[in-house]
Amino acid sequence: MSDTPEPVEAPTANDPSDVAVVPGADRPPTVAVRFKVNGREHHIGLDIRTTVLDALREHLRLTGTKKGCDHGQCGACTILVNGRRINSCLTLAIMHEGDDITTIEGLGTPGALHPMQRAFIECDGFQCGYCTPGQVCSAVAMLDEVRAGWPSHATKDVASTDIALSDAEIRERMSGNICRCAAYPNIVAAIRDVASREH
Amino acid sequence: MRPFTYERPNDSRGAVVAIGRAGTGAKFISGGTNLLDLMKLEIERPTHLVDISRLPLNAIESLPSGELRIGAQVSNSALAADGIVRSRYPVLAQALVAGASGQLRNKASVGGNLLQRTRCPYFYETSSRCNKREPGSGCDAIGGFNRGHAILGASDACIATNPSDMAVALAVLDARVVLLDHADVVREVPVDDFFVLPGSAPHIETVIRPAEMITAVVLPPQPAGRQLYRKVRDRASYEFALVSVAAILETRGGTIRSARVAFGGVAPKPWRAFEVERALIGQPASMATFQTAAGVAVANAVGRGMNDFKIELAKRTLVRTLANLMAE
Repeated sequence: MSDTPEPVEAPTANDPSDVAVVPGADRPPTVAVRFKVNGREHHIGLDIRTTVLDALREHLRLTGTKKGCDHGQCGACTILVNGRRINSCLTLAIMHEGDDITTIEGLGTPGALHPMQRAFIECDGFQCGYCTPGQVCSAVAMLDEVRAGWPSHATKDVASTDIALSDAEIRERMSGNICRCAAYPNIVAAIRDVASREH
Repeated sequence: MRPFTYERPNDSRGAVVAIGRAGTGAKFISGGTNLLDLMKLEIERPTHLVDISRLPLNAIESLPSGELRIGAQVSNSALAADGIVRSRYPVLAQALVAGASGQLRNKASVGGNLLQRTRCPYFYETSSRCNKREPGSGCDAIGGFNRGHAILGASDACIATNPSDMAVALAVLDARVVLLDHADVVREVPVDDFFVLPGSAPHIETVIRPAEMITAVVLPPQPAGRQLYRKVRDRASYEFALVSVAAILETRGGTIRSARVAFGGVAPKPWRAFEVERALIGQPASMATFQTAAGVAVANAVGRGMNDFKIELAKRTLVRTLANLMAE
């Protein structure tokens, strides 16, 4: 999967339905995929097996999103698809035709940091930094889930939509993001800071 | 990962026709959180994928009968966040948020959750023997590192547990799985009958037929009584259950009028414990009754060495869950 296929013609129709791919005789099928990343439309040709994570890193050269376990266990690859956080390693690019993807590069830039990025710096919420893009993307989407009133395992009464964002709630809701440097106390502090500033 | 071909039909009919046409080796893909994980390890090797993630099966509808119909493509997050689920079926919302991580729940579908593999570390470790991965090869979990394995319903061919929390709540709620096949035939199967025990063929985990697709899950009207899901695990979050209990308890004047109990983490399927329910109904809602019921729950339990502790843990988890329901 290291070589980058030449870009191929994008599908002419915008309707993602009724896509069918038939294998070539001698090599894995290559497919044309179109999606939006950080506000920009991309049309790329990919080996059909390519995950969203590999499409971002190896084909679009957006290396902010990190590959940790590649099995959905560590959260380093967390991105936002249509506003919701997912593990980009556990989904195929072909399944995201027409989707709106946001990576860490789309949340902020060195000159214009996202409030969550700034809070991670101010609170010293990382050491080696490898898990940080995933932590930041996850935290941003997690606060949206709290605003929408989604329950978590730390929510006392699952029927209540008024979620008090305690440290226990933050820890539970961020449990899909592992930090091997164990910067957890400062990650929680950074998220708490951003959440409290919004109120 | 092995190469495969791919198609994305428009509707349910197109999906079941596509899977029927593609034949052996074809699989549906929905959230993909379990299937792709296993495809990367080449434990699952589909030759053709039928993408059903965009089918219009993502509604949660209240039916005139008082039942709740949940589309198979509703995400685990959306189901846990649904107002009706949270108010009428809290045991289901509690079970959903006790499972996986926020990222996985956003991707995983209700249908996919039901069809995730019953599995253990030896199923993942391709250098070991596993009757589920390679029928007839043997089971290295028996006599191996089997701390997390089944104490109920297992066989000499397989002692893996079903890891779903959601399915345990669905079992206690008497949910039905709605299936559609390529001849347009719809059938409904109670969750308890949907999963099968391993016996001598542990690679078969459910009664779903090759050309069938889950289109929905139907919950009967809200049951009487209070509901609770309790999960015990090695980590506080993002970890499979060692033991979990889903319980619904209705009492009047200190007597148990109705009771439903299902266990997770202890068996190859969500383990509805009808004999425990019979031991509770009509009895005083007391610790003595709960202790007796706990004994009934594990009467046929078999430890495999490292997982012997689960027998006592299952009893204690049941007693604690029932006591919590009385204290509410």
